[in-house]
Amino acid sequence: MSQDHSALFPENLPIEPEKATLEGQNKFFGLWFFLGGETVLFASLFGVYLALKNSTAGGPASEDLFGLGLVFLMTMLLLTSSLTSVYAMYHMRNHDFKKMYLWLGITGLLGIGFLACEIYEFAHYITDYGFTFRSSAFGSAFYALVGFHGGHVLFGICWLIGLLIRNAKRGLNLYNAPKFNTFSLYWHFIDVVWVFIFTVVYLMGKVG
Amino acid sequence: MTDNSNLDVKDSESFRRQKSKEEMQKQLISFALMIVFTFIAFAMVATESISRMYVIPILFIMAIVQAGFQFYYFMHMKEKNHEMPATFIFGGVWAAFLTLAGLVVISWW
Repeated sequence: MSQDHSALFPENLPIEPEKATLEGQNKFFGLWFFLGGETVLFASLFGVYLALKNSTAGGPASEDLFGLGLVFLMTMLLLTSSLTSVYAMYHMRNHDFKKMYLWLGITGLLGIGFLACEIYEFAHYITDYGFTFRSSAFGSAFYALVGFHGGHVLFGICWLIGLLIRNAKRGLNLYNAPKFNTFSLYWHFIDVVWVFIFTVVYLMGKVG
Repeated sequence: MTDNSNLDVKDSESFRRQKSKEEMQKQLISFALMIVFTFIAFAMVATESISRMYVIPILFIMAIVQAGFQFYYFMHMKEKNHEMPATFIFGGVWAAFLTLAGLVVISWW
């Protein structure tokens, strides 16, 4: 009954191990297709936010709430984690499993740092300003958009931890290389979304 | 004769490593540029040195350029065999544009 998997564990890996198998290619195209859909999904949340951001119902407005220091720190954390996952994929293409793991681990830690900042930020708004999801239409739109992005970061971290634990003893092969590559693409996309969040929500919110 | 073919394989391997090093350098440059753009964006808003009319378009252009760096360099969209990913993403961007335009325009009037 057991199938022959020896083709997945070759002596010499091909140049792009993530796209060497049909399954790898399907994962690659499938993830990009998913990201196309995610673009539309985030766009609708951005649209809702832009439409409702002045509907504060007498509650705090964006100029009163946002602090640029924390947002800058979060941006740096996420941007750097994007670079570290580039490093991880660089080592994957050089078939260096340990270095890939090291850089993916750093990516995860930076992601956790970002998430911790976001939780602190939300807690600060709720306790110090009484600004919640139910405060105003602005509050609902803000938490829906930024929280949905934070949820994506959380999902990405869980995904990464799952990958790292599951494949720790396997070494790099044609079976798991596509998995690491799809995670990396997803992670970059999360950073792209954050670029628009810090621009549209925080910076434009500060400008007025 | 057999030695020759081995040599070829080694050469192509070192050539490939050289290529991916160059690729890495480009990615580092795009990372540095993204950091610079982020600094400029935050500085423009924090110092309030430029009027609102100019700040918002400049911020928006810088965000689009950063997204381009992510897609083309970090996510390798500039490499060959990325026609389908480009189709998916630009299709998504087109639908995203329509959604945004719809929601923003409807709330202006």
